[in-house]
Amino acid sequence: MAAFAATAGGLLRLRAAGSEGQWRRLRGAGLLRGLLQPESATGVAAQRRRVAHFTFQPDPEPREYGQTQKMNLFQAITSALDNSLAKDPTAVIFGEDVAFGGVFRCTVGLRDKYGKDRVFNTPLCEQGIVGFGIGIAVTGATAIAEIQFADYIFPAFDQIVNEAAKYRYRSGDLFNCGSLTIRAPWGCVGHGALYHSQSPEAFFAHCPGIKVVVPRSPFQAKGLLLSCIEDKNPCIFFEPKILYRAAVEQVPVEPYNVPLSQAEVIQEGSDVTLVAWGTQVHVIREVAAMAQEKLGVSCEVIDLRTILPWDVDTVCKSVIKTGRLLISHEAPLTGGFASEISSTVQRSRAIQRAVTGRHPVCRVPSTLPDA
Amino acid sequence: MKKMLAAAVSRVLSRVAQKPASRVLVASCNYSNDAMFEIKKCDLYRLEEGPPVTTVLTREDGLKYYRMMQTIRRMELKADQLYKQKFIRGFCHLCDGQEACCVGLEAGINPTDHVITSYRAHGLCYTRGLSVRSILAELTGRRGGCAKGKGGSMHMYVKNFYGGNGIVGAQGQIAEAFNMAALWKLPCVFICENNLYGMGTAAERAAASTDYYKRGHFIPGLRVDGMDVLCVREATKFAADYCRSEKGPIVMELQTYRYHGHSMSDPGISYRTRQEIQNVRSKSDPIMLLKDRMVNSKLATIEEFKEIDVEVRKEIDDAAHFAITDPEPPLEELGHHIYCDNEPFEVRGSSQWIKFKSLS
Repeated sequence: MAAFAATAGGLLRLRAAGSEGQWRRLRGAGLLRGLLQPESATGVAAQRRRVAHFTFQPDPEPREYGQTQKMNLFQAITSALDNSLAKDPTAVIFGEDVAFGGVFRCTVGLRDKYGKDRVFNTPLCEQGIVGFGIGIAVTGATAIAEIQFADYIFPAFDQIVNEAAKYRYRSGDLFNCGSLTIRAPWGCVGHGALYHSQSPEAFFAHCPGIKVVVPRSPFQAKGLLLSCIEDKNPCIFFEPKILYRAAVEQVPVEPYNVPLSQAEVIQEGSDVTLVAWGTQVHVIREVAAMAQEKLGVSCEVIDLRTILPWDVDTVCKSVIKTGRLLISHEAPLTGGFASEISSTVQRSRAIQRAVTGRHPVCRVPSTLPDA
Repeated sequence: MKKMLAAAVSRVLSRVAQKPASRVLVASCNYSNDAMFEIKKCDLYRLEEGPPVTTVLTREDGLKYYRMMQTIRRMELKADQLYKQKFIRGFCHLCDGQEACCVGLEAGINPTDHVITSYRAHGLCYTRGLSVRSILAELTGRRGGCAKGKGGSMHMYVKNFYGGNGIVGAQGQIAEAFNMAALWKLPCVFICENNLYGMGTAAERAAASTDYYKRGHFIPGLRVDGMDVLCVREATKFAADYCRSEKGPIVMELQTYRYHGHSMSDPGISYRTRQEIQNVRSKSDPIMLLKDRMVNSKLATIEEFKEIDVEVRKEIDDAAHFAITDPEPPLEELGHHIYCDNEPFEVRGSSQWIKFKSLS
């Protein structure tokens, strides 16, 4: 079994499992080129555009939640916030520039509909935004804070990790800030550079007491955001900013929930498990299709959805079935969340039992992976 | 006839016998019900007028403040003792010397007002409604403690009191809080208990301006004598009224002093002299100031105060006994309340074979 992590838009290196011989040794920048081009053509390939691209793949229209409407990601977010403010009279939305609609138009129309006491701007102070949100949540109101870009969440790191995450525990359940949800645009967008492209989910994965969620599509985003707002633990909801306009789907108008801490198997397969979240799910779906077409490899694609607490069972069950695991994320490799998934899967008792041959479905690995 | 007389005499005698000698003396002393005192004028910043310079103290209030301050003083000294006997572990920040701040604050606000503070919180915990038993039991980490033994010295909470917080904001966080409070005219009183030292650093060595009541910049402020409980009470009432009349936030600096070091691991004499501590203790001790005032204006007698001292001592000793003998919380509870409404999950203990279940 080979388990390893890859970074998106960068190098992908697959190590051939010695006796298998099914995978070619591949080198090169960019996912597509690496799979399509033989080794000798790498020199020519280097002159071509090195930016990886993806195509958003919408899910089929959901039937069980009533009437649906065509929405992109930011409209789905607006719909979720609209539902929340309508249902919960204590809900308030605040952040930088949310009053006029937000820099990504996620809060358009809400201030006119619900009033300036419920949708309002804060000064430019992320630490203050989250601290203020914690205070609101502790008194019992529902606080939905917006951090304008996930890259700016670091001044609020102390408030999130030291205050929000630990409030319930340190007060013996007397107080809590469970009704706090922090939303932030997340991930690469092509032109974002250092400070408009970051994916900080791994920093927060190290902190018990909060939940971290990343949706892949408008339908998922609305359901997951509503679940986060209603969840009685402080949640961080990262919205892939490149999908705000690019992702268009049929999304139910009425509120509905997508469960937290449950990964979704988007496509069943038998040869390798591919795990990703957010934008990268669409990249690996493309990879899965290409692998099937070009190499005859059947991939099982899993969208993790909730980073913390993550669905260990689904991933492990899948790896027991396929015997191989590939995790792909935009964030840097060292200390990225893939290393957590990879080490947990390798340590898992279920996997170990499977590997020792007590369950005949799993193949015994001939080489150990490099982490 | 004889029987009735005997019965009457025995009744009178028994009543006399019940009253201790001091009570009998007091009954014959002529004490007043209230008195007017002059209090120090507060320094003002961005304010036209400040709190009044005279105040009326009733006998009842005076005795109540004395009892509260004495309870806090004894409780802190008992905590000191328990810490040295290793019943209390971890960190322990004592506020003896600063009793007038918490008692005066409570006297100036309503029980429905919300209060939050930093780690030197035991006095405020008491004035906000926690019993000495629950505070001491929380310090010793027993299940009778107010946070069920899991919070310790810095994490004590009760209705309308949000702790007790170990992590305290730095200057950036305060600046942001000041800005938001002033921008949205939030009814918030920011209080600085200026005990002249930030842990081991004197205020003059850490602050470009030690006029902390002016540090709100665009927020008005007042500087108050924090060793005089009446001064603190009047200033708090003034500040609370200011906020309640929707004028926005206000900053209050209480000039006070702590006798102990920053925490129990700090002897408190490496950055200040014993002479300085002794000076404050003999000249401006808050409990002594109140007692002297009340005795001199015949609001109460020394014996009454001694009685209160005895009762307080007993209460503290009982509480300490409870704090030592109450059982610790069950180990299974260690992992609880990390999340809420979650599936129970396992939390690893100090080794890979020790697992706790986390319920919410």
